[in-house]
Amino acid sequence: MRKLIFATMVSLMSAVGMPGAALAASGGDVTLLKNDWSFAGIFGHYNKASMQRGFQVYLEVCAGCHSMKYIAFRNLADLGYNEAEIKAIAAEYEVQDGPDEDGEMFMRPARPADLMPSPYRNDNEARANNNGALPPDLSLIAKARAHGPDYLYSLLVGYQDAPASMEVPDGMYYNNAYSGNMIAMPQPIYGDDVEYADGASTSVEGLSADVTHFLMWAAEPKLEVRKRIGVAAVFFLSIFLIMSYLAKRRIWADVY
Amino acid sequence: MSAAKFSNPVVRWIDHRLPVFSMLDHTANEYPTPKNLNYMWNFGSLAGLSLVIMIVTGVVLAMSYTAHVDYAFESVERIMRDVNHGWLIRYIHMNTASFFFIVVYLHIFRGLYYGSYKAPRELLWILGVVIFLLMMATAFMGYVLPWGQMSFWGATVITNLFSAIPFVGESVVTFLWGGFSVDNPTLTRFFSLHYLMPFLIAGVVVLHIVALHRFGSNNPIGIDTKGRQDTISFHPYYTIKDMVGIAMFLLLLAIAVFFFPNAMGHPDNYIPANPMQTPAHIVPEWYFLPFYAILRAVPDKLGGVLLMFGAIAILFILPWLDRSPVRSARFRPVFRIFFWLLFIDALALGYLGAMPAEGIYVTLSRVATAWYFLHFLVILPMLGVFENTKPLPKSISEPVLATTGEAA
Repeated sequence: MRKLIFATMVSLMSAVGMPGAALAASGGDVTLLKNDWSFAGIFGHYNKASMQRGFQVYLEVCAGCHSMKYIAFRNLADLGYNEAEIKAIAAEYEVQDGPDEDGEMFMRPARPADLMPSPYRNDNEARANNNGALPPDLSLIAKARAHGPDYLYSLLVGYQDAPASMEVPDGMYYNNAYSGNMIAMPQPIYGDDVEYADGASTSVEGLSADVTHFLMWAAEPKLEVRKRIGVAAVFFLSIFLIMSYLAKRRIWADVY
Repeated sequence: MSAAKFSNPVVRWIDHRLPVFSMLDHTANEYPTPKNLNYMWNFGSLAGLSLVIMIVTGVVLAMSYTAHVDYAFESVERIMRDVNHGWLIRYIHMNTASFFFIVVYLHIFRGLYYGSYKAPRELLWILGVVIFLLMMATAFMGYVLPWGQMSFWGATVITNLFSAIPFVGESVVTFLWGGFSVDNPTLTRFFSLHYLMPFLIAGVVVLHIVALHRFGSNNPIGIDTKGRQDTISFHPYYTIKDMVGIAMFLLLLAIAVFFFPNAMGHPDNYIPANPMQTPAHIVPEWYFLPFYAILRAVPDKLGGVLLMFGAIAILFILPWLDRSPVRSARFRPVFRIFFWLLFIDALALGYLGAMPAEGIYVTLSRVATAWYFLHFLVILPMLGVFENTKPLPKSISEPVLATTGEAA
């Protein structure tokens, strides 16, 4: 086994095929669409309305198969929900608690401090329900893929009919953003899958952009404060650099 | 040791019994430093600063980290999401690791260019190589701790290298792992050692500085200081000059931490470790890529491992490979060309280490690897004999005065 691992490393391995997982990258063309995200750039910030819509898309489209294990209901405050709204959202879920004083585990409505419950009890159940493929947890997906948000958006809008030259096996779907162009996830968004309360576009592109925005927040919830501190830090350190340099010039003036 | 020079009686009392103030005074005011050090001499203090940042942030991270295969990834996410400013501490730790290597690589190339490894500074140089080796081990083990996909598979690949050792290789690997695969015992021992080794580095840094202070810094001209006219006190001249470097370093670090915190990492490490699923491409952290390229350039496993470690080992004997009596590349026109070729070669190896080991990349890796060893084993010794060096100035103050005269 060790020799095998080493041999594969030396030849810089192609992915080891997992049952039902996407086929190994075979050089298919990959399309990456670049979007103008509000969270990009030095002064980047999240768009709360878009994140709330994206959360709705997640709940109604993605959450049937994809967990978000690292997100607690209380975190939804970042999306602009108030305490009562978060309590109401949490209360729609049942979570296991216990043991009570009789030693029994019991189910109770979720509270804001609870993590979002997963759709499946474990990975095996997830695979059994998804043709052998494991729907990945989405908490970090926007950071766990190269070009995170652009990639997720491209993937969601990237479902097409396969070119005639390509044979797509049963249970696989053609996608022009996915490495190898064959993905085990059926097209999740067709447009108008979700009814928005605020009248925003429910086109494939609109829904995909919103859920991507939400997923980026989930992966990097501290992005706004990070960039805010960053601007102050860079400003301060620039002044510090200039002052140090001027002081250096002055002190060194008598050396030569 | 004259305790009387301090006017404060408390300082005098302490210094008489514990001469820390005399030591500080010696370092800051008496220790003679060549007056012509350029900004390339900033990287020593910057490396020291990096080590301090790593230890401070690391100790804080360890307070919230859990070294267990089932909880490590989750505990890092807790740090990122729930610990107050945990994201900041972790991003500083991650990015300073990369900056530490940038600084140390520049420090090493500075030493190569100006011949800082030559007599009487051979041990100073060798201690530096020891620090570099300890840094690599520490960084490697630190990268395993978040227990992401690259953590796990990087650990698997690198520890497997030791199985190339004849006869005892397999036993050595089992010993490193604490079992028969990279698993919980591997993670816990890596955590323990990752916490220990920075302090070993700090110890060797002390020796490095003691050795430095024996003969003082080398300088861009590479000739010994000839007296007071060639030197200035460390404080305030080099404290303020180092301050400029520190400000620049912190500014660039802040830009990385706050605006591109994951640019020098790999996205796969945000996927929890999965021993059943190998990533499409296993790549080490960027600062290991040149050595990774050397490893893969050799078709034989043991040969690759030997060359990879040999690439570092060769630095230990560098003072005896380069026999040219002239230190600084400024007076070595041919060496200077080969220095820059080596620099390009190292960058090329870094690039090739990130590319898949197939097609033209394999050939290029072999050429670049061969050149690396050719430089140290053939070119440097030959240059020591055949190179016509330029005449050296009589003293540091002479050319310094001359050049400033021209510039003005």
